[in-house]
Amino acid sequence: MKSLLALFAVALAAGCATAGGTAPAPAPMTAASDTGRVPYASTYARHPAPPVLIRHATILTAAGTELPAGAILLREGRIVAVAPELEAPPGAVIVDARGQYVTPGLIDTHSHLGVYSAPGTAAESDGNEATNPVTAEVWAEHSFWPQDPQIPLAIAGGITTIQALPGSANLIGGRSAVLKLVPARTVQEMKFPGARYGLKMACGENPKRVYRTRGPSTRMGNMAGYRAAFLEGQHYQRRWDAWQRERKGEPPPRNLRHETLAEVLRGTIYVQNHCYRADEMAQMLDLAREFGFTIRSFHHAVEAYKVADLLAAAGTAASVWADWWGFKEEAMDGIQENAALLQQAGARAVIHSDSPSGIQRLNQEAAKAMYAGRRAGITVTPDQALRWITANPAWVLGLDSVVGTLEPGKMADVVVWSADPFSVYAQAVRVYNDGWLVYDRADPTRQPRTDFELGQVPAPGRDR
Amino acid sequence: MIALILAQTIAISGGTVHPVSGPRIENATVLIRNGRIEAVGSNVPVPADALRIDATGKWVTPGLIDGAGQLGLVEISAVAETREAGLHDTAIAAAFTVTEGLNPASMLIPVARIEGVTTALATPAGGGLIGGQAAMIDLDGSTVEAMVVKSPAAMVAYLHEGAKDAGGGSRAGVAQRLRHVFDDAREYERRRADFSRAQMQPLAAPAADLEALLPVLRGELPLVVVANRRSDIETALRIARQYSLRLVLAGAAEGWMIADRIAAAGVPVLVQPMDNIPSYDALGIRYENAAALARAGVTVVLLETSAHDARNLRQQAGNAVSYGMTWEAALRAVTLSPATVFGIADRYGSLEPGKVANVIVWSGDPFEFSTAVEHVFIRGREIPLTSRQTELRERYKTLPPKY
Repeated sequence: MKSLLALFAVALAAGCATAGGTAPAPAPMTAASDTGRVPYASTYARHPAPPVLIRHATILTAAGTELPAGAILLREGRIVAVAPELEAPPGAVIVDARGQYVTPGLIDTHSHLGVYSAPGTAAESDGNEATNPVTAEVWAEHSFWPQDPQIPLAIAGGITTIQALPGSANLIGGRSAVLKLVPARTVQEMKFPGARYGLKMACGENPKRVYRTRGPSTRMGNMAGYRAAFLEGQHYQRRWDAWQRERKGEPPPRNLRHETLAEVLRGTIYVQNHCYRADEMAQMLDLAREFGFTIRSFHHAVEAYKVADLLAAAGTAASVWADWWGFKEEAMDGIQENAALLQQAGARAVIHSDSPSGIQRLNQEAAKAMYAGRRAGITVTPDQALRWITANPAWVLGLDSVVGTLEPGKMADVVVWSADPFSVYAQAVRVYNDGWLVYDRADPTRQPRTDFELGQVPAPGRDR
Repeated sequence: MIALILAQTIAISGGTVHPVSGPRIENATVLIRNGRIEAVGSNVPVPADALRIDATGKWVTPGLIDGAGQLGLVEISAVAETREAGLHDTAIAAAFTVTEGLNPASMLIPVARIEGVTTALATPAGGGLIGGQAAMIDLDGSTVEAMVVKSPAAMVAYLHEGAKDAGGGSRAGVAQRLRHVFDDAREYERRRADFSRAQMQPLAAPAADLEALLPVLRGELPLVVVANRRSDIETALRIARQYSLRLVLAGAAEGWMIADRIAAAGVPVLVQPMDNIPSYDALGIRYENAAALARAGVTVVLLETSAHDARNLRQQAGNAVSYGMTWEAALRAVTLSPATVFGIADRYGSLEPGKVANVIVWSGDPFEFSTAVEHVFIRGREIPLTSRQTELRERYKTLPPKY
């Protein structure tokens, strides 16, 4: 998980950032929305592609069924049908996937692609607006660099949707961006149509370390900071709600920070909360109760297994690593059975990456977590483990009716794997995003390269 | 379990044995006596007093060796109170040796060994130019003496981007300073008497560090050089030739570009195969590196460099196979090759009579996620498959926990 730069060096800080979201379906109630135009709207457009019929594959739907030798038909960006046999419509590309596996496109609820881009110098460090412990006003999409050379690597790992988040320096770090992972010139062209924004919040060591000289410098200071911010958001929301009702006089002045917090209180923005320790998760659930919102997902959540019952009762998901642990004190109690124990308790488990390296192997991380659970005597089926990286993250982003399973009507985000995706030897060989073949391992002309790579990074299979 | 631990003679029978030093043997027995391997084969008589382990349907391999990392030298990466891996007040820490910083009680050790890693290089992580001396350790034993397999096993130096401060801000400065240190070490060796009478110009490093470099300059102790950019690898090769060093490259992200030259120089390479994120230190980094080097005839050692993640060494190896290494080469790259590179192949790295009995019984292919570790032997002692993490799991398996 550590880069070569860290080779032979003690890794100091891993697992730091979170956040997420895109333009909510219900437009945020802001002065700008009065113009009738959603600000910073998605300009995503489906790439034209012929129908695709994939046949003779083992199809894992992440919707409870597995077809040992099945077919799946994609047309105009939708999954048309999944069945043992299907007829190819005229003009369809037919893929013989004998011996191969098909799954939904993978979804990462926690990425910093584009906000902490490679090559990783200070010039690409755009993930933490670490100038104030509360920066609800910043949006990850305004940092996002579509030419991050890490993006094609993640695509080659079968990722079709990400939540790009601000980092975890701040108590409230800003809005996330929910993106289709496709080659594009602008972030607007990647914004997942209709997806809500997330709000990145962070517990524990990171904010209190970053702000130790000005505060917060303690966990109780962290809590006071969240509460003060949401009190302001509440006040702002009331003033605006009153003005919207009465429409008298000048509208109240807009405040971007309070606006985001007010949208959380209205339920149109999901809270995505970096939080490691079980006791702190319980505190955050209380904070959410105090202000009447729900936390959509805890992130990292290495101790989620200790409070899996509380998370299940609150309807809060946990986005976790398979096995990262020990890089800081609040990560000491990470165990490999975390996801399986969450599932056993009826909570919603998600495997996330928080890493440009890990995002390329989300299937392997799910595999580790699945087999660790089974060895501990917990029943985890391949369909369930697949849901940790497809349907469940789709739910965390509010997109579970659109992506995350192979069911008719869903967006045609589909991965063909060379082997059982829970095998270390499996590779994504074909990746379809909205029906578009964005990656083909057998065809170098179908392996996207960013501008950054041209003339600098040798193309696959080429020498210098 | 007690009986197992006390048993002096153990017969692991019926499994598919991968000795690494030779072809796999079906339905074979590995006989362990007094901490050493006594016999390996399909017709090994089992003494009556031997404790028998039925390995039918299982895979038996040597314990895995991680040729990098800070196992025993760090508990919590972000907590300075728990870090012992290196010196931070000097760029040249050649005299620094990790051993007395080792913590045999480290909670990381059980986490790693119950997933098949039995031996690791405890590697210095300080010193901007020369980090110090690494030690090979077994992941068992209650004292440093009991753990150490070989110390020093290598000297570590840096020619990658991270070393630039030690060179005044330029790669050229880094190489120049390294040569200066080597030259002064030789000068020091020739003129020890002058040195003790203070009749020498100031040297590039304290006498203890120059002294520590002499085995490197005599070609006795391997010099591990971290270098990733092709030009840095070439600098390392040039310096190694000039001073007749036993060079070992680490990282070597762009090594695939000059695999034939590395092979021709007889230089082994330590690679972390799951790295592929481009940086200005290595824009050409790619997954196929390990396979390309191995194909060219380079001795490749596969690494997991994070101490906490040492258990993922087998995932690293599996991914190297995925990107073109043969399975047999990958197994060798986490067993016999690190033993060879670090000078312990007479005792470690394969299942052969006379070797130290570090043996793993796996439920299947060691690199597969579905495979469980069933038995771990270190120096013939069966290791209980428990760690702080298994205790946490048991405590919280049903909620609420019983404290």
